Amino acid sequence: MEPYKSQIGQPVSRLEGHLKVTGTARYAGDYSVPGLLYGYVINSTITKGKIISFDTSRAKALPGVLEVFTHENRPSLAWFDLQYADMDAPPGSPFRPLQDADILYNGQPIGLVVAETFELARYAATLMDIEYEEEAFDTDLRSQQHLARSPKIGMATMLKPLPPKPKGNFEKAFNASPNQVSAEFFHGTEHHNPLELFATTTVYEGKGKLTIYDKTQGTINSQMYVANIFGLKFKNVRVISPYVGGAFGSALRPQYQLFLSVMAALKLERSVLVTLDRHQMFTFGHRPPTVQRTRFSADNNGIITALNHLAIGETSRFEDYTEVVVNWSHMLYPAANTLMQYKLVELDVYSPLDMRAPGGVTGMHAIESTIDELAHKSKIDPLQLRLTNYTEIDVSLNRPYSSKELRECYLQGAEKFGWDKRNPEPRSMRRGNKLVGYGMATGIWEANQLPAKAEAILTGDGKLKINSAVTDIGTGTLTVMTQIAADELGLPVEDVEFAYGDSKKPFAPIQGGSFTVSTVGSAVKAVGAAMRKKLFSIAKKMKGGVFDGADLKDVSFEGGRVFITNDRSRSVSFQEIIAANDNKPVKLSKFSVPSILKLKKYSRAAHSAVFVEVEVDEELGVINVTRAVTAVAAGKIINPKTARSQILGGMIWGISKALREETIQDDGLGKYMNQNLSEYHIPVHADIHELDVIFVDEKDTVVNELGTKGVGEIGIVGMPPAITNAIFNATGKRINQLPIHFDMLL
Amino acid sequence: MNNFTYKRAESIEDALAQNNSGGNSSYLAGGTNLVDLMKYDLTRPDSLVDLNRVDGHHEIYETPEGGLLLGAFVTNADTAWHPIVEERYPLLSKAILAGASAQIRNMATNGGNLLQRTRCYYFYDANVPCNKREPGSGCSAIPGYNRIMAILGTSESCIAVFPSDMCVGLAALDATVHVEGPTGSRSIPFADFHRLPGDTPEIDNTLLPGEIITGIELPANGFSKNYSYLKLRDRNSYAFALVSVATGLELDGNVIREARIALGGVAHKPWRVREAEEFLAGKTADAASFGQAAEIILRGAVGFPHNAFKIELAKRAIVRNCMMALDPESQLPGAQPSV
Repeated sequence: MEPYKSQIGQPVSRLEGHLKVTGTARYAGDYSVPGLLYGYVINSTITKGKIISFDTSRAKALPGVLEVFTHENRPSLAWFDLQYADMDAPPGSPFRPLQDADILYNGQPIGLVVAETFELARYAATLMDIEYEEEAFDTDLRSQQHLARSPKIGMATMLKPLPPKPKGNFEKAFNASPNQVSAEFFHGTEHHNPLELFATTTVYEGKGKLTIYDKTQGTINSQMYVANIFGLKFKNVRVISPYVGGAFGSALRPQYQLFLSVMAALKLERSVLVTLDRHQMFTFGHRPPTVQRTRFSADNNGIITALNHLAIGETSRFEDYTEVVVNWSHMLYPAANTLMQYKLVELDVYSPLDMRAPGGVTGMHAIESTIDELAHKSKIDPLQLRLTNYTEIDVSLNRPYSSKELRECYLQGAEKFGWDKRNPEPRSMRRGNKLVGYGMATGIWEANQLPAKAEAILTGDGKLKINSAVTDIGTGTLTVMTQIAADELGLPVEDVEFAYGDSKKPFAPIQGGSFTVSTVGSAVKAVGAAMRKKLFSIAKKMKGGVFDGADLKDVSFEGGRVFITNDRSRSVSFQEIIAANDNKPVKLSKFSVPSILKLKKYSRAAHSAVFVEVEVDEELGVINVTRAVTAVAAGKIINPKTARSQILGGMIWGISKALREETIQDDGLGKYMNQNLSEYHIPVHADIHELDVIFVDEKDTVVNELGTKGVGEIGIVGMPPAITNAIFNATGKRINQLPIHFDMLL
Repeated sequence: MNNFTYKRAESIEDALAQNNSGGNSSYLAGGTNLVDLMKYDLTRPDSLVDLNRVDGHHEIYETPEGGLLLGAFVTNADTAWHPIVEERYPLLSKAILAGASAQIRNMATNGGNLLQRTRCYYFYDANVPCNKREPGSGCSAIPGYNRIMAILGTSESCIAVFPSDMCVGLAALDATVHVEGPTGSRSIPFADFHRLPGDTPEIDNTLLPGEIITGIELPANGFSKNYSYLKLRDRNSYAFALVSVATGLELDGNVIREARIALGGVAHKPWRVREAEEFLAGKTADAASFGQAAEIILRGAVGFPHNAFKIELAKRAIVRNCMMALDPESQLPGAQPSV
């Protein structure tokens, strides 16, 4: 028999890939159950004020329109804020659709038309006669900065720590340093635009029972939200989300289509599909606009002496959405004097929402641009400055890193990119009529683990099934979990089924923060180990005494058999074990809980080093990112193929953030003006050139049983500053406002 | 989108008759803009008269006068890749291929391309004032975010730009638009087809009610030796022009015999200034001459807070594009000028 080849570390192609590319995979809006009704959302056309009157009669008169729900006729609902809170709710009072006549932001859902077809519902939604009383509003962060205040503290603070306390004396140290840099940064609003639109199909099963196909990053999160608000029993609400066409944080919180679909289904006692259209994707959470100010200084040897980083982010009037923006610089650079500040400004907008590397990609742009400028001023190579200030411990918390191979990222990335060919003098490198610039930056993202449960079932055919409520938001969760389970029992991937995306299955938290592999993967590993133990204990009792005198440590599991490691002739098959178990499948589950006591002695983070080449047409300003190399240290890489896709996706989004993507906001009107994919510019193929990913070996025995750190966000973090630093090297211009429009270089 | 009746026309006469049957009717060709406008509830026709299967006007053929006739119902893609267009009118081919996406060009027709509405954000938002959408309601773009708006030929009531790339090429080539209508057929010189907003920005062009574009005629000279199309935009494909330039040159050695320069993304219509072209006639084909022409073309340009950069950008783009026209091989696909 061939020795078992570990599945962990293999570039296994997505197991559901064929279903997706052939259109067989069904998403939340693809379940046309019998008698399905269609909902279309009516959105507020004013930014702030009250609805004075809401006449729906013209719509209701259309044959085929069943109901128009508004704040005036909605069913009575849960009263307390807590009942509307979800796993990702920031401190405050969660938004309640159709709550009352108050308008809190432009585009607020204020009604739902339910009709026999989508087209009819959409048309009926244009026949509303609504009178508003408008009030003055503010949506402009920059003009309201003077109102910045400290954020409220809540549950969310656990995963999003506030800035560390000041150290030393920043002002004194900064003023005494020979090399000082200060800069101001502005990032505009960005909106979530995953390819799949938000949709919920609520199947009305009768007797207070619902089956809900929802676009979500957490089936149990949606289940809990629905049950709490609508007063349903947990067990009567089943949320299924087998395929998710990208989410990136947008579906961490239940969005209003879920609420409205369930409300309509319960009231009408029918199944209801509510799909948001593309412009409605701009009517809930977004990456918040942020103003940042940095002041960094170094001595003449390039030792960083003082760090001050202030960020002012936008939030809504009803919740304090926060991000970790300013905590990163001191995790990377051990200055003796620091001052980190984070504040919020309330505006008349919807609460911001996590978007890939929330806070990290914002803060690191400011940090790594300022470091680059400090290197330039100190006449030190930017890579050398980072190596000079390299730290093995997280000085912001005085804890060692569980592992940190960032130095290798720097060295391997620089080697692959050819960093040694960089001329530090801005405007010194050319290719034809183009200026060429090289830039680099560091990336960092936290490596967390949350509790999760998994169930394993070994059946009479010797095959393993693993159950978890977790979603797969397109990252490759299904494939990776299958690989982890396969390794635990020494089975080929084909003999393992990972069943997921269903709230009836064992608990998994929301899928985000790059913690899913560490969280659910650890549970899968734990239940796999428990299954080994159980199988062995059954095998030991089997007739024939194959394993007499042997312990679990003496045996191996490979190819559907258990055998004595040193004597392969002594073995039994999984089928034989199940037969010995009265032909009953072996079923067990395991909760995996992070060992907090051990973990809190360490800081845990994935790191990256990013190197970018840009070409700038000097006369016309046109910028192209012609090459980029990202070297990543993120612990154990379970599947280098899906992991590479994560990093590439992050790098492309980094190009988008630096050069393309922006929500255009008209603060006079208090609304977003480019609510479509034609004018909301994300990169096209012609924008993307050579991209390269290196995974640096990193062994971590602390972070979790698997040694994984997650790769969902680290790919984006370092890209924007590497690009802006390359533009500086090319042109001598430092543009601190993202995205950079090419005309800013004219 | 409202309910509407759908009728398929068999011929132009049939289409004119169907359209005349009363009510608020629209012609449908590729539908790449009209259907969007209907989905956004900005246009609410009672009936659509589908022109896609009318007899004729589906061909591209050479005219007895030595020019080329582009049938109105030929798609933009089939036009751009047509061997005669590629060989004799490569400027038009380049301009078409700089626009939209492959999928849209496969649907969009030549006639429809001329009739696109502006992509002004405020025009597309039914809940804000816009004189083009709702005459007399005001212009939100003037006090608003006007990065993509016009710098030439604007009025107090509208600063929207006309979005087509193809039409910038057609303007440079001096095309003629053939139309048929309730009162007969006529031909409109391209320069007179689109109009400036003035105080009636709701009217994009000089087509009369009910008239149908049947074809676009190109004169014999396609400037196929020295031509270039340059489009500057916020991403390398599938974005409307902030500034685009079509250039065709006739050269005698390094002396310009005849020049054509049209701009896109700067006005309510493709922008051509004959004075600049006359200025170039007889001049040396170099950056200095083109720079002087650019000054003439941009004369009278007025920027708004977010788009003043377009004035300088347009001047530089003209010079660059004219230089590229001297060596058409230098043109790379998309927005990557290479000279």
